[in-house]
Amino acid sequence: MNQSNVVRTDRLPAVDPAAVAPRTLRLSYIVRIGLMGVIVALMVLPFVWMLSTSLKAQQYILTTPPQWIPNPLTFESYTGLAERINLGRTFFNSLFVAVVGTMGQIVISAMSAYAFARLDWRGRNTVFLLYLVTMMIPAVVMVIPQFILVRALGWMNTYAALIVPGLFSAFGTFLLRQAFLAIPKDFEEAALVDGANHFTIFWRIIMPLALPSLATLGVFSFMGYWNNYLYPLFVARQEAVVTLPIALATLQAGPRALTEWNMVMAGSVITVLPILVAYLLAQRWFVSGAISSGIKG
Amino acid sequence: MAFFLLPGLVGLSLFVLYPILSSFWLAFQDWNLLSPPEFVGLGNFQELLGDGDFWRALRYTLTFIVLYVPIVFVLGLALALFLNQKIPGMLLVRASSFLPVVASWVVVSLIWKWIFNPAYGLINYALGIFGVQGPAWLFEPQTAVYAMVITSVWKDVGYIALLYLGGLQNISESYYEAARIDGANHWRLLRHITLPLLTPTMFFVAITLLINYFQMFEQVWLMPMRDSAADRQVEVIVTEVVKNAFSYNRMGYASAMSWVLFALIFAITIFQLRLQKRWVYYESE
Repeated sequence: MNQSNVVRTDRLPAVDPAAVAPRTLRLSYIVRIGLMGVIVALMVLPFVWMLSTSLKAQQYILTTPPQWIPNPLTFESYTGLAERINLGRTFFNSLFVAVVGTMGQIVISAMSAYAFARLDWRGRNTVFLLYLVTMMIPAVVMVIPQFILVRALGWMNTYAALIVPGLFSAFGTFLLRQAFLAIPKDFEEAALVDGANHFTIFWRIIMPLALPSLATLGVFSFMGYWNNYLYPLFVARQEAVVTLPIALATLQAGPRALTEWNMVMAGSVITVLPILVAYLLAQRWFVSGAISSGIKG
Repeated sequence: MAFFLLPGLVGLSLFVLYPILSSFWLAFQDWNLLSPPEFVGLGNFQELLGDGDFWRALRYTLTFIVLYVPIVFVLGLALALFLNQKIPGMLLVRASSFLPVVASWVVVSLIWKWIFNPAYGLINYALGIFGVQGPAWLFEPQTAVYAMVITSVWKDVGYIALLYLGGLQNISESYYEAARIDGANHWRLLRHITLPLLTPTMFFVAITLLINYFQMFEQVWLMPMRDSAADRQVEVIVTEVVKNAFSYNRMGYASAMSWVLFALIFAITIFQLRLQKRWVYYESE
């Protein structure tokens, strides 16, 4: 084995240092594999612990040493959770708000982006600058007046309060404008000659060509709606419209009672699982969304 | 034109622009949502100067930033350099380090609150194996800050690494080849090629980190144990704004505070832009 290695290194150019290495490089290869394991463990184990805790009965979450594999395994924290909060309704609320909000945000952003990227009108650059300026304002500056506005409109505890203010995204408009500008004009010019109007060009040419950017915005927008906490916390607390993160945070007990951690973790599993699965299926778009947004989840 | 622009522009005016302007107007009013708003001039800002709770919140915000930003800045870079190697299985490592980024802050806060539980949590159990008596973490202000910093690093390091990876992939391979011919070793390649060419990304990362962490909220709102010393004392600017607005119904005062936060973020970003000439290297120059 050793001998053949030596022979091969003499003849071939060194491609993979690990395969041809003397002992030190071999060691560094092992160190690297070890590091990979450590990183994966650090990132994944908290989620595993969440899942494991959620599948235990109350008395088994307090054992020392901690049990990684629940024994006995039980779903009682999930059924208990369904008694504490209206789980089906809350899940539906989260999904409904995120799906409708995402679709609305994509359509509205794309239409505005088209006006900025492809139409000529007076004041276009000034209005676009205005859009950019609003992107600099911190979320917390918006929360108070949006709360007041929603209250004045009579929208407290409605889906409208959760969905509508998020539809008008300067960031989404900006992202899609950049994408539209990158699309060559040749297609449209040909279509114009054939008598196509702007609506046809927008819907049949620009939108299909900008699909990757639409997906990027879609993923970013869905995550924003699904994970949002600060704003919904003050406009939608009633069971009929409450979303998962808000309901989840109320599961913690007060100072004198013991928090039922198995139940809190069951709620966490239900809140985080859809987004983790979506991420694993569509990693690419999540990555591009995160890079272009610069905004924390 | 109107067909394409108006839905977005009208909506943005009503739900974004108008709130921004009305928030600015509110910053000069005293309003409890019940009686009509009363103009107080700079009164809210004057009160802010003498408000111990505000200064404490600012101090904690800066403490978080001082602890968190350097750690995640360096760890994110180290992770990116590591992830950038071509080793089978690296895609799995990359995917898993991005999992916390997509999870909601509420879930992450709760998972780590459970992990930091002094009596039954994983951390103190692990410390116990080495014979160390773990602290009360989320009950005491100082250890609570450490716990929240650790949680924040875990949540964000994958995201920061991703930003660096983008920068690393933009560095042309030809630089490395030329340097290798000249006999440069790994360390010198890192020191004299990778790091200088990565400074624009580092600059972007530093700006993003500061803008985001001046606005930190969820972990501070959710993690300290209810009614503990940590819960009573550890506040950041956003939690202070939220408390004033929604617990004390002081809409004007809270708005004023939120604009001070904006001013701080703005000033620091401008300051960083000024400072960038000293350390950021652009290839095109």
